[in-house]
Amino acid sequence: MLIRKEVTQFFRNKFLPTLLIFMPIMLVLVMPLVSQMDIQSIKVAILDHDRSTLSMRMESHIANTDYFRMQSGFRDYDDAIHQLDDGKVDVIITIPEHFERDMQAGQAKSILIVANAVNATKGGQGIQYAVQTIASAVTEISREHGMPVGDASLITIQNRYNPTGNYRIFMLPALIIILLLLNSCFLPLLNIMTEKEQGTIEQINVTPITRLEFILAKLIPYWVMAMFLVAFSILLAWVFYGLLPAGSMGVIFLGAFLFSLCMSGLAITLANVSDTMQQAIFVIFFFAMIFILMSGLLTPIHSMPTWVQCITYTFPTRYVINIFRDVYLKGTLLSELRFDILMLVVLAIFFNVLATITYKKQQ
Amino acid sequence: MKIFLSFVRKEFIHILRDVRTMLIVLFMPVVLMLLFGFAITTEIKNIDLMAVVDQYSPDVRGELTALENNPYITFKGIIHERDVDVKLRSGDCVAVVMFARDGKRNIVLDASNPSISASVGSYLTQILQGVEAQEAMNNTRYGTSQQNVKLPVTTYMRHNPQLKSAYNFVPGVMGLILILICSIMTCVSVVREKEMGTMEVLLVSPVKPIYVVLPKMIPYFVISLINIATILLISHFVLDMPVYGNLPTLLALCVLYIVLSLALGLLISTLVESQMVALIICAMVMMVPMMMLSGMLYPLENLPPGLKEVSFFVPARWFIEAIRKVMVEGLGMSAIWKEMLILTAMTVFFFVVSLRKFNDRLE
Repeated sequence: MLIRKEVTQFFRNKFLPTLLIFMPIMLVLVMPLVSQMDIQSIKVAILDHDRSTLSMRMESHIANTDYFRMQSGFRDYDDAIHQLDDGKVDVIITIPEHFERDMQAGQAKSILIVANAVNATKGGQGIQYAVQTIASAVTEISREHGMPVGDASLITIQNRYNPTGNYRIFMLPALIIILLLLNSCFLPLLNIMTEKEQGTIEQINVTPITRLEFILAKLIPYWVMAMFLVAFSILLAWVFYGLLPAGSMGVIFLGAFLFSLCMSGLAITLANVSDTMQQAIFVIFFFAMIFILMSGLLTPIHSMPTWVQCITYTFPTRYVINIFRDVYLKGTLLSELRFDILMLVVLAIFFNVLATITYKKQQ
Repeated sequence: MKIFLSFVRKEFIHILRDVRTMLIVLFMPVVLMLLFGFAITTEIKNIDLMAVVDQYSPDVRGELTALENNPYITFKGIIHERDVDVKLRSGDCVAVVMFARDGKRNIVLDASNPSISASVGSYLTQILQGVEAQEAMNNTRYGTSQQNVKLPVTTYMRHNPQLKSAYNFVPGVMGLILILICSIMTCVSVVREKEMGTMEVLLVSPVKPIYVVLPKMIPYFVISLINIATILLISHFVLDMPVYGNLPTLLALCVLYIVLSLALGLLISTLVESQMVALIICAMVMMVPMMMLSGMLYPLENLPPGLKEVSFFVPARWFIEAIRKVMVEGLGMSAIWKEMLILTAMTVFFFVVSLRKFNDRLE
């Protein structure tokens, strides 16, 4: 009966149900478009002081490759550096005078490649592409002139689970988590705080309804919503990206459910200890940002300093992200995910016990 | 003027009365900066590696030793070929090197995170090619791997020779924290008055709306100034961000940004009726897109054409770009005049629209 009340209240508010449909669509469609770690369209400027066959060949290789976009019209090195700092150019390649002649004599002066490395990844990749392209030009010319070329590589690389190297596929499972987090954490919290501020919670407190009944009634609709969100997102991912989980969907839903439990437990705890909506809002934002940014969703956990990694062991998001990604992309089995599932259960129990303890019927 | 000042005093009293919120708002940036500053990095610190050996030979032993002794690799043992799949899937290792009889080496990678696995692949390739560990790590970060041709090439990473990823991320973290805190503060404060009904009372009075609204922002402005100071201090002294540019420009930029954020919060508050919706808008409509579209984590060049235009409307994007130029590249006002202009225009726009809306005194 309480549940019916909650559901009615939910649908009365026109904003929320629309959000529920709209958010997954936006996240699943838009976010993978955005999250591309591979750098494309690097703006490159070539200052060719040699103007030889070799250097022209290098220029044409660079112009023809997809990684680079040639920029032209630079007067000299200083001008180019100025543009580099301004962001109009990412990489400057300077070919010294007499380069081809000196190279054939075995005494080449260096080609200088300068990259704007404020973004370290971008700078590094820019340089890598530049070197590779130059190398391929040199190899080509050497072959034409019958000069010796380096050995073919005996080392091969095989990429598993994501053979196209598509970073978006990597992001998709993670985005579902963001959705879940927002849903299972923000919404219940707001719900309770609104009731608190409106005073209706006082009315319920004086009825014979137990704490458990009250909390469950509030949370069950959100759990159902969470399952719906997961299912809907998986559907969208399949429709738009052709991505289906490689592993068992049951495990995905199990993980999602446990995660929901954790987050709603946390939400209730925070609601119990906050007096005003404003406080609750700030604290939940704090946790949400930490969970989203530090759980290996956007940047890898392994790159973090050890002390930070230890902290992440307390984040439910860390485990559910692992579970989602492993099952979705690698088809990992339930038995192999024992640790993650176990930790989720532990955290769920922890947060919900905390929630029950902090709930005071009498103020 | 006296009216204005008395309103300002009222707002200050409001805030000081709520010590908890104030503490949260002052300490949140500190904690967040510390956590994110250390946690958000894409550098590879450790590779869990296993190997499959077909036939031992001096070469194989040599390469195995090189792998085992490498400080960035955790060598987890020799396994059978049939176990490769299981180990990768369960996450016990991220890469397996298979030593074949004929001297060929096959590196099998867990490519579910393609950008990491690409770096891991090229790093392992270099180790196997006999490159010294330290040099290989530097080469991987510089990206000059996988080249078999001897090239006279000198590379130079401008502004960031050590390729610290902090230079890229810390400005992003600053931008995100500042705008979220400021806009939520103003927004929630105004909406709360709306909900309580006291706003209507004020608006009905002969006091001009601007006298009601502007004082709301002033205490938050002061708090934000304190936040800017703490954030800058932490990013410089703890996170090793350089402050090569001149300080007044930096401060001017930050102050403009917080005024913008406060104005944005104001605008949002005019559009919503309940704190609940306010929070949802701030969280879902602002936080998530801002993380994705502001250039904070993902390079802006990678955005497909449609989204690129959308990112122009994200204030954080301009701020982050400008901050990077001033703090890391050491440029002055002349370089960031475009960003400043856009930010100013946005601020004015937010203000004008908000005040217009407030002029409709009663709904």
